[in-house]
Amino acid sequence: MKYINTILKEVPLMSDTPVQPFWIMVRKEISDHVRSWRFLILVALILLTTTGSIYTVLSVIRENPAELSANTTFLYLKLFTESTNNLPPFITLIGFLGPLVGIALGFDAVNSERDKGTLSRIISQPIPRDYFINSKFVGAMVVIFALIFALGFLTLGLGIIFIGLPPALSEVLRIFAFLVFTCIYIAFWLNLGITFSILFRQSSTSALSVLAIWLFFTVFYSMLVRFVANAFFYNQAAVQNLSIMLSRISPSFLFNELTTILLTPSIRSLGALSFEQVSGAIPSTLPLGQSMLLVWPDITALVAATLICFGVSYVLFMRQEVRA
Amino acid sequence: MSEPIIQIQNLVKEYGQTRAVDQLDLEIKKGEIFGLLGPNGAGKTTIILTLIGLTEPTAGSVSVKGFNATTEPLKVKRVTGYLPDEVGFSGNRTGFESLIYTARLNSITKEKAAESAHKLLKKVGLEDAIHNKTKTYSKGMIQRLGLADVLIKEPEIMVLDEPTIGIDPKGINEFLEMIRNLSKEKGITVLLCSHLLHQVQKICDRVGILVDGQIRALGNIDELADDLFGDRDTTITAEVSPIPDSLVYNLKKVKQIREVQTNGNTITIKTNGTKEAAPLISQRIVQSGGQLYRLSYKEYGLDEIYQHYFEGGTIDV
Repeated sequence: MKYINTILKEVPLMSDTPVQPFWIMVRKEISDHVRSWRFLILVALILLTTTGSIYTVLSVIRENPAELSANTTFLYLKLFTESTNNLPPFITLIGFLGPLVGIALGFDAVNSERDKGTLSRIISQPIPRDYFINSKFVGAMVVIFALIFALGFLTLGLGIIFIGLPPALSEVLRIFAFLVFTCIYIAFWLNLGITFSILFRQSSTSALSVLAIWLFFTVFYSMLVRFVANAFFYNQAAVQNLSIMLSRISPSFLFNELTTILLTPSIRSLGALSFEQVSGAIPSTLPLGQSMLLVWPDITALVAATLICFGVSYVLFMRQEVRA
Repeated sequence: MSEPIIQIQNLVKEYGQTRAVDQLDLEIKKGEIFGLLGPNGAGKTTIILTLIGLTEPTAGSVSVKGFNATTEPLKVKRVTGYLPDEVGFSGNRTGFESLIYTARLNSITKEKAAESAHKLLKKVGLEDAIHNKTKTYSKGMIQRLGLADVLIKEPEIMVLDEPTIGIDPKGINEFLEMIRNLSKEKGITVLLCSHLLHQVQKICDRVGILVDGQIRALGNIDELADDLFGDRDTTITAEVSPIPDSLVYNLKKVKQIREVQTNGNTITIKTNGTKEAAPLISQRIVQSGGQLYRLSYKEYGLDEIYQHYFEGGTIDV
């Protein structure tokens, strides 16, 4: 018994030593987010749309699998990528609504605290100044990870109940990777939101600016790219090449490319292949490692963009005057 | 009194081209209530922020209890409680929860935090609102919660920035009285910043008057008044009807009187500040056969101190 007690004392959460102030701040961030209406509304929206999408796919799988595209291997991945009855697939819905979650958790992270007069009170406590911005980031990330993984595993579970077959390991790994990158993608928008919340004193201004950027990249950027590419080249292949290169500046394009390839093992290349390259190839699926290799540049770019955004917000916050 | 607990040496803070604090030297002794008074934009908040290490000075140094505020801010923040102007709390938390949160950031255990939170909320008169969300609090209640929030870390120094703003006159007196009692009871050094000289001078042991980033005067209010007005003219106004011709001549003969002006029934007399002038004047008026209706003596007080320093104006005598 004595032995067990000593072991318990070693575990940080069980001992009497006070919890690190940083984790207290993170805990408060999490509970603030989870209780906020804005978060609850977004979660409800995501739940409604994704269950709709997944339910239709599941009923097709059960009743009329012939309607599904081409081969019926990787059934579980199809849950995320397939669309029927005009409902967009899970992957598109998350790519569309995920950024909104990130923005909603980030756009007023700093300026609202400044407005309320809590910022100067908190950082005058004996904590390093960067605890504030770090706890904002970590707190929101915990919430995002919990949300995305809960959603992904719920879908998987629903699939098992409906289909009755267990998913293959490679499918689970692919889904796991997909969920991780979704979180990173959302973290990008979260960090962008936090950056703007430091730049602008008014939370409405920062919300509108981030939303403008989001709208630009999800809706208008592709049109712009097509326009520019067409203006430079007549050759269709060249237009295609240029527009893909330009599109990859957009984080939402990166995310779409990345997730589509991760969840569709039959895609073998990012761009168009020539006849010479295709000739003799056996139309089979890629293993996870090869798919990852294919999108490795996308992954690097997405992670880099996320880190850059966080770095910028960190520096801005540390340099900004505290006074209102 | 004892050792200085706060030492500011040659402090300079520049924002771009403007100099918010200009070569400031100041010492605050342990246990005293020091009022830093000055108009808006005089550099009060800048000094405070430097003091708790939230802003780096351009030059000079600040030490609090022997710790350098710029290089060891954590140690300074551990012993210093800061009540910012326009303090706020997360609206969805109760006053009690807010205090616990602050206590936990100061590495105080949950049980101890709960105990002192109860005690403090009672002390600042919020025991009825202890479990209400802070968004239902009035401005005065928020200020009192802010005071409890400062006290829960058991500071040796309290820094209060414009603590009376937004409270009604009755509340202000109660609030300041509370600060004074707490300070004397626990030996807490208080640095209080305000532009409201009238309110704050009542509880301050010493005040420093800050204008354009420089301390213009230092001491208690009485000393300041003496320094300023000790050898100045005072003005006596008399209302006499009718004014006999000989009166002005007679008044001018009095040693202490420097200048006499008449305007209708009013005589304005400038004296060299000694108090004996008033009875002498009334005597002369009666002797010369005038009827004295009113005799007023203009004294220099807080208003003039305020005007002299804060508004940079000269005193018109």
